[in-house]
Amino acid sequence: MTPIADRKPMIECRQVQKYYGDYHALRGIDLTIREGEFFSLLGPSGCGKTTLLRTIAGFEEIGSGVVLIDGRDMRGVPANVRPTNMVFQSYAIFPHLTVAENVGFGLRRDPRSAADKARAVEEALEMVGLRGYGRRAAHALSGGQRQRVALARALILKPKVLLLDEPLSALDRKMREQMQVELIKLQRQVGITFVLVTHDQEEALVMSDRIAVMFEGEIAQLDGPEALYARPASRRVADFIGVMNFLPARILGETDQAVTVDAPGFGIVEVPSRNVSRANPGDAEPTVGFRPEAVTLAPVVGRGPERAVDRVTGGVIEEVVYYGDMTYYDVLMDGSARYDGIARPVRVSMRNLFGREVPDVGTRTRVIWSPGSLVLFR
Amino acid sequence: MATADGKEAAQGLRIVAPPLTYAVLMLGIPLLTILAYSFFKDGYLTIVREFTLENYRAVWADPIFRTIMIRSLSVAAMVTLATVLLAFPVAYFLSFVVTPDRKALWIFLITIPFWTSYLIRVFLWKVILGYNGVINSGLKSLGVIEQPLSFLLYNTGSIVMTLSHAYAPFAILPIYVALEKIDRSLLEAGRDLGESRLMTFWRVTLPLAMPGVLAAVLIVFIPVIGDYVTPTLIGGGKIPMVANMIQAQMLDIDNKPLGSAMAVTAMLVVAIASLLFLLANRRFLRVRQ
Repeated sequence: MTPIADRKPMIECRQVQKYYGDYHALRGIDLTIREGEFFSLLGPSGCGKTTLLRTIAGFEEIGSGVVLIDGRDMRGVPANVRPTNMVFQSYAIFPHLTVAENVGFGLRRDPRSAADKARAVEEALEMVGLRGYGRRAAHALSGGQRQRVALARALILKPKVLLLDEPLSALDRKMREQMQVELIKLQRQVGITFVLVTHDQEEALVMSDRIAVMFEGEIAQLDGPEALYARPASRRVADFIGVMNFLPARILGETDQAVTVDAPGFGIVEVPSRNVSRANPGDAEPTVGFRPEAVTLAPVVGRGPERAVDRVTGGVIEEVVYYGDMTYYDVLMDGSARYDGIARPVRVSMRNLFGREVPDVGTRTRVIWSPGSLVLFR
Repeated sequence: MATADGKEAAQGLRIVAPPLTYAVLMLGIPLLTILAYSFFKDGYLTIVREFTLENYRAVWADPIFRTIMIRSLSVAAMVTLATVLLAFPVAYFLSFVVTPDRKALWIFLITIPFWTSYLIRVFLWKVILGYNGVINSGLKSLGVIEQPLSFLLYNTGSIVMTLSHAYAPFAILPIYVALEKIDRSLLEAGRDLGESRLMTFWRVTLPLAMPGVLAAVLIVFIPVIGDYVTPTLIGGGKIPMVANMIQAQMLDIDNKPLGSAMAVTAMLVVAIASLLFLLANRRFLRVRQ
């Protein structure tokens, strides 16, 4: 498959601004979503992600800027003639129609014969795993089935872009995880550009080729899931995606490859340049961050699992939260209160391997880490 | 579960018992009286309590009753059609255009006519449409006409106009409620799936508003059939409806058994017409939103 960066742009937003009265909902969105991409707009409620999606769909007029879909300027193009279809958060299944009538709703002006259309409806239902459900009443469906009907109804029209507005938020956890995988498969199968709006960072990470994290009407970071998770562009992004520990640090020196910092608990560390983020407005204090799983705990006695590049410090386990497959530990690292006397326990997660005991609260532990897993915000 | 349900049902019954008793007394007893009278014999100025079907035979054979019943049905149908057609845009406006914080005000404004008695409102139409009424004197002073228009009042058209005005709020409110219940994302879905605003209205909004429309039709149709004030005042007594005929039979001619048989017959006709109407539209009532 062609790498995403080389594919043709499917959606282009250029300096898109949107106001609701005095409220500035979209503050100059610049964005290129490429053909066949699974793209997510991720952010907390009120960040403008849904507004942006509705702008692409044609339900919202933009104040200024340009939205292009497949190279065509969408200014003045109403929703019903745009090459996009939407899966609504509430699914918006027509309650007065059967499943088949719902799926075939958009085919009214399709020149094909009634028999061909019926076959297309049956195929669309089969694609979403609802073969033979056509004659059922819409209200007799479960949440997951409604979701599938909404998908079939949109995909049967073969849109250039499928827009999904928090499509999984109403499902229970098991169903949600199952649908995530199904959606990824479906997207690969049909090859249509998917744009997903979600506030669930895990969902975005699981499903997307690329993710735009939005705060207050602006894109804070646009990256692939791995880059977003490993090298968040700001503390705010880091905080929103998963869990990250933050500790104050002092910058000692800087080379092309690394920034040398003094971080309480870690000591003097050379943070690789690619892990250094400069986008921290209003956050004057340099901060070191790391993910709970970037650090390993090991008993004080015996040999640890450390590699040559790893470093070892000490700490005390202050809290143990057992999750079955995982355990979360709050660890107070030695010397971490060195600057200001404030104790800042950090969260560490470990897989519970069989045969390994979960240490008790108050146990002294070795903390094994590597400079490459630290991130510096300055 | 069953006992819990039973307990709840019993409690519910206790709560509705007083109004239910009142309703049965005030509605059921007069109805039963009428039903009983319709099977009694009429002895001049008295009622002979002997069972007979003669009253019904007389009613069904009476060509005047048939004409007037058919006229009542068609006038009521016209009034209903006019009322619902006029009420729908108002309800639509109220539901889709008026901002939520203004809705209560608009509903209040719509119900203002109810502050005046029905009789006065009907009489006002007489003032508007009359020989020396508002329209005629207005047109005369503007020089549009020289002689007052006489076709404004005392005909079916004026009856339909008066009644559809009087019953408008009864039609607006149920349609408004049905429109309010429609999930707005359904309309966006209609647009998103390629339909224009007009087609989305036709394929989504209207079918989903039908329960309200059906309710409006029945709420207007049933009482209009029994209206006798407007035919008297606005129709000038020249176009009697079935209620006028029953009234004449009961009070002027004082044949209560025959009048009762007419009332029961009219009730049956209305009930059957309403049931047929509901049956024809039953698919709209099955929709659960």
